[in-house]
Amino acid sequence: MSNELPLWEIFIRGQHGMSHRHVGSLHASDAEMAIRHARDVYTRRNEGVSIWVVRAADITASAPGEKGPLFDPSNDKVYRHPTFFDIPDDVGAM
Amino acid sequence: MYAQMVKSTGSGIKSREEMSPEERHFQDRVDAGEKIEPKDWMPEGYRKTLIRQIGQHAHSEIVGQLPEGNWITRAPTLERKAILLAKVQDEAGHGLYLYCAAETLGISRDELTRQLLSGKMKYSSIFNYPTLTWADIGAVGWLVDGAAIMNQVPLQRTSYGPYSRAMIRICKEESFHQRQGYDIMMKMANGTPEQRRMAQDALDRFWYPSLMMFGPSDAESVHSAQSMAWKIKINTNDELRQKFVDQTVPQAEYLGLTVPDPDLKWNEARGHYDFSEPDWEEFFEVLKGNGPCNVERMAARRKAWDDGAWVREGLMAHAAKHRGPVAAE
Repeated sequence: MSNELPLWEIFIRGQHGMSHRHVGSLHASDAEMAIRHARDVYTRRNEGVSIWVVRAADITASAPGEKGPLFDPSNDKVYRHPTFFDIPDDVGAM
Repeated sequence: MYAQMVKSTGSGIKSREEMSPEERHFQDRVDAGEKIEPKDWMPEGYRKTLIRQIGQHAHSEIVGQLPEGNWITRAPTLERKAILLAKVQDEAGHGLYLYCAAETLGISRDELTRQLLSGKMKYSSIFNYPTLTWADIGAVGWLVDGAAIMNQVPLQRTSYGPYSRAMIRICKEESFHQRQGYDIMMKMANGTPEQRRMAQDALDRFWYPSLMMFGPSDAESVHSAQSMAWKIKINTNDELRQKFVDQTVPQAEYLGLTVPDPDLKWNEARGHYDFSEPDWEEFFEVLKGNGPCNVERMAARRKAWDDGAWVREGLMAHAAKHRGPVAAE
């Protein structure tokens, strides 16, 4: 059973100009077959206008244990959000 | 509900004092409604129970294609045929979403298939009943998919991220299945006297097997208590069964059909229907492999796997020969 078809991660871009979004995965022998299968498995209801397939083995993910060091620093930079600044109503839309 | 009698490991819920710090942290995350993702730490029992549950659910979707596929070539009109074909294709898709969710827990697809074919893993008892007439296709959509939806809607909130996402996708597609079944039943129930008889006969045969789909009462089960603490089971089997009966009885009345249960009656005080339990001995026999179609279903799955071997091998050989990078658009 070592000859299992490899796993591919599937990304679909929907109708409304959004980015490709991860929708799931499937097994296929190569990229062309992965796209064919992705069409049948993930776009039966007109969900997409474009498909990307990526071998699951080629994806590098951040480790869950690094969640703190990676993402906590952004919490103390609240000034990145526009609501940090008080602008008087008299100034008008900004 | 496509997962029945899934046993969690261990002997029941640990108290906080008995838990390791990791287990406590894990349980806190589940209690807070956070999703658990594949690479997160999880108790071994959680992983194993989920593999059993999601795997059984996936196998049910795949084996569930067989009773309905039986009628694709004999659907009464071209439109009905196209609809049934689309529905059965959806079931294949649902099986694939769920297999992928199970695989994130560290079991391979081939191993899942092997365990189904060896009989180690189960699929829902309901698919071991035959579809004898076209009305059965209506009853399957209405009752079997109806019962499945009852179970799957709460599972959208399950604690395991990939399972939850698969359930959300499946639920979106599933109501088409139930409606197409009810549509067939309406046509049959309002048809000729013979069609009406077929509709009633289908309800007679599928009513109790549908109630069995929820599994025996698990109010006292330590396995269910653990699964509920882990939020991989949201309601008890009895709660879901009651909900199904309450929803389905008025639908049968609308069709002018009779639910085959002389003791079925509305209980004003409880605000629910009272109904008879299915024959649980029959249920356990079907689980053991002694249902009307167990042998046939497994033979069909084995044949599909064996007959497809040369295709899988050919595809892999072709891919090995032509391997090269493909740039993204």
